[in-house]
Amino acid sequence: MSTVDDAVEQGVAVSRPPRLLARMMRQRQAKVGMVLTLAVLLVALAGPLLLPWLTGHTSTEFTGRPFTDTGVFGTDNLGRDVLSRFLDGGLRLIIYAALATALGMVVGVAVGMTAAYSRGRVDALVMRGNDVLLALPQLVFALLAITVLGPQGWVLVVVIGITHAPRIARVTRSATASVITEDYIRASEMYAVPKWKILLTEVLPNITGPLMVELGLRMTYSIGFVAALSFLGLGMQPPTADWGLMINESRIALVVQPWGVLLPVAAIAVLTVGTNLLTDSLARASANMNAGK
Amino acid sequence: MSTNTMETQVTTSALCATDLRVETDAGVEILHGVSFTLQPGRILALVGESGSGKTTAGLACMGHFRQGLAKGTGTVSLGGGEAGNILDLPDHQLRRLRGKTISYVPQDPALSLNPSMRIGEQIAETLRVHQIGATDSEHRLRVAEVLAEVGLPNDRAYQRRYPHQLSGGQQQRVGIAMAFACRPSVIVLDEPTTGLDVTTQAVVLQTIDELAERHQVAGLYITHDLAVVAQIADEVAVMLSGDIVEHGATDQVLYSPRHGYTRRLLAAVPDLAGKRRVGQVEAITGEQPLVVPGPHGVPDTTGSTALVDDAKPLSGTGHRATPAAADPHPLLRVRDLSHSYGEHQVLDGIGFQLLEGESMMLLGESGSGKTTLSRCVAGLNDAYTGSIELFGEELATGTRARSSEDRRRIQYVFQSPFSSLNPRRTIAESVGVPLQMSGIGDKRKRRALVREALDQVKLGERFMERRPGDLSGGERQRAAIARALVNAPSLLVCDEITSALDVSVQASILDLLRTLQTDHNMSMLFVTHNIALARHISQRLAVLQKGKIVDIGTTDEVLDNPQHHYTQELLANVPTFK
Repeated sequence: MSTVDDAVEQGVAVSRPPRLLARMMRQRQAKVGMVLTLAVLLVALAGPLLLPWLTGHTSTEFTGRPFTDTGVFGTDNLGRDVLSRFLDGGLRLIIYAALATALGMVVGVAVGMTAAYSRGRVDALVMRGNDVLLALPQLVFALLAITVLGPQGWVLVVVIGITHAPRIARVTRSATASVITEDYIRASEMYAVPKWKILLTEVLPNITGPLMVELGLRMTYSIGFVAALSFLGLGMQPPTADWGLMINESRIALVVQPWGVLLPVAAIAVLTVGTNLLTDSLARASANMNAGK
Repeated sequence: MSTNTMETQVTTSALCATDLRVETDAGVEILHGVSFTLQPGRILALVGESGSGKTTAGLACMGHFRQGLAKGTGTVSLGGGEAGNILDLPDHQLRRLRGKTISYVPQDPALSLNPSMRIGEQIAETLRVHQIGATDSEHRLRVAEVLAEVGLPNDRAYQRRYPHQLSGGQQQRVGIAMAFACRPSVIVLDEPTTGLDVTTQAVVLQTIDELAERHQVAGLYITHDLAVVAQIADEVAVMLSGDIVEHGATDQVLYSPRHGYTRRLLAAVPDLAGKRRVGQVEAITGEQPLVVPGPHGVPDTTGSTALVDDAKPLSGTGHRATPAAADPHPLLRVRDLSHSYGEHQVLDGIGFQLLEGESMMLLGESGSGKTTLSRCVAGLNDAYTGSIELFGEELATGTRARSSEDRRRIQYVFQSPFSSLNPRRTIAESVGVPLQMSGIGDKRKRRALVREALDQVKLGERFMERRPGDLSGGERQRAAIARALVNAPSLLVCDEITSALDVSVQASILDLLRTLQTDHNMSMLFVTHNIALARHISQRLAVLQKGKIVDIGTTDEVLDNPQHHYTQELLANVPTFK
């Protein structure tokens, strides 16, 4: 008897496919994306710490006449050092984007899982409400909220986070719907495990794949939104150094002093392309066991 | 086998595979030089348990290798060998061969037929692709012909049906019609009857047999079911982890097996008569009386039954000599249980009772309501009417409404061990959930109980920190049983728990359940579609058809003297050997 078992058991133990992150990182585009993202993150995180020491100026100090070539990359419209402002301007953008994404994920995942798990009328009600919110363009909604509440950091984070939530809820709901039909969920119900606990311990760990993809995607969008709102004058306010704001302030002198615009534009572009490449390869890795081969 | 006969075989063979080797992408060889020949009009059964490489070998005959497998080496040649080695052919030539000269019938007809295409059109598509018959009317003629051959109506209205309008058996017959439509010389059948009921299975097997005979098609029948092999195959090749360990005529392999593995495999197949000993504990038959006498049974006064040859005496055997108290009270009483999904009545006035320490089998085909019934008892389905009493007290309908004590007393084991354990949690965590929910907060105490439960199902402590993905199907099912046992239940409801497992694993699970039952005097509701298991697991048998119990009594009564024609039909269609 035991020999038959052994033989069968051995046959089953074929080599397991590598984990999700390993599958992601063996794709070339993930490596490229990782390098791009890390480069910009490094500039944004380390920049503010290096400031007066590296360039000799702070980001709000007047160093010369507007649009002259004082310093490495010249000065901006008020005569502040472009490089100093560039080094100082990324951190807030990334922190705000990260906070907004985190808020959106928490709200969206909670709503999506609850809707899928309760099914029936609650599901229909929540998801139709969701659809109404989806019908509003994210940027218009943000403009409205900021006009009413004023351009403050928390408003920015909350508005972007909340407008992400319905989109995340959709993805979460469909991912949850395919998991809650599994028998292990039914088993937990049989043991009368509280519903919130089923969602947290049984469902959530099994939908991390699609959620990771969604996280990456929403992070990319958040960066774009924070930058766009700052550019429109509704995000970060002067005299704060910020990439979006820098683009707006320096765009009038694009020909005279292009670095004022090009540096932040390049940084935002590289960051979004990098996170997008990462997200793409993550999506591919979670859909296909052989990704990157 | 002398070289002389080999040569004559090669000249008449339809397909000849020699030294077939297949590796995974990682370079692990999973098929180690397999050779076989197929002859026109004869069927070779490729038998083995999951992971033995039988499907890989079957697909290699068509030059197909599943994802994760590198292209195989060796030779596969058709007929006179004019097509050359199939494994070396470029894709476009392979495509011309597949379906036309060598065709395939997959396991699940529901997945293999295009749900948005009418069945007549689907069969005609293969004909069109391979340019058999020039005009539409010729195609239509051939479609009608093959549909008639597989025993389906072939009028225009039937051809215009969609797959979802057919039953599982009809769908599989359409699949077979499609495979035979181009009059291939070789046909590979991959477990075509696995999902079907015995009655349907008998019809499908007969169809395949007739068609292979009539058109002189060589068949390669891949299966794990030895009883099916006895019915359909002329030759059998037994596979064990990538090797053919025994090859010969069906009679020889099944009735006088030479290889030890074949013998063990055969010994693990449950038989209706209960003569074979599946696992180490004997089957429950007339000669080996019941553990606890049923309501109609004779009290067991014969004392301990002799264990045969190598079986080790089990700790539970002592209980046999001392049957439970003189007056066993009903543990479970189900009265007038009904349940319907909308218009469809799934359960219709079910009533039975179960004594303490008694094991009852609920037998039924798919759609008979057996799973719904077992879920009502376990409280997973709370929309029923009627009453379920445990120890004389009526139970609330859903588990959340039941008391924690009631929840502890009834435990349920799910059908598929692949879905009943959370892949992201360790075995110890999953098994510990019932304890946590019945209020055992102390982590160390929980761990000790979990370890004990895992010991009971013969999974050691080393399994505690593993995840389901690292376990085989049998091990997972053991872990799932451990989760049900950890709280020492009075009633264990087992819903088709062996149907997703290999026969040898099934045997060890049955063995385990019987031991547990005698050791703990636990009652058991064993739900299954496999009537052959009856004498191996249950003292009483209830036959379920369309939501009604049509036959109920002790296992021997029902099997030896079936009252209802449905039970009689089931018994007549059970594929058996010896």
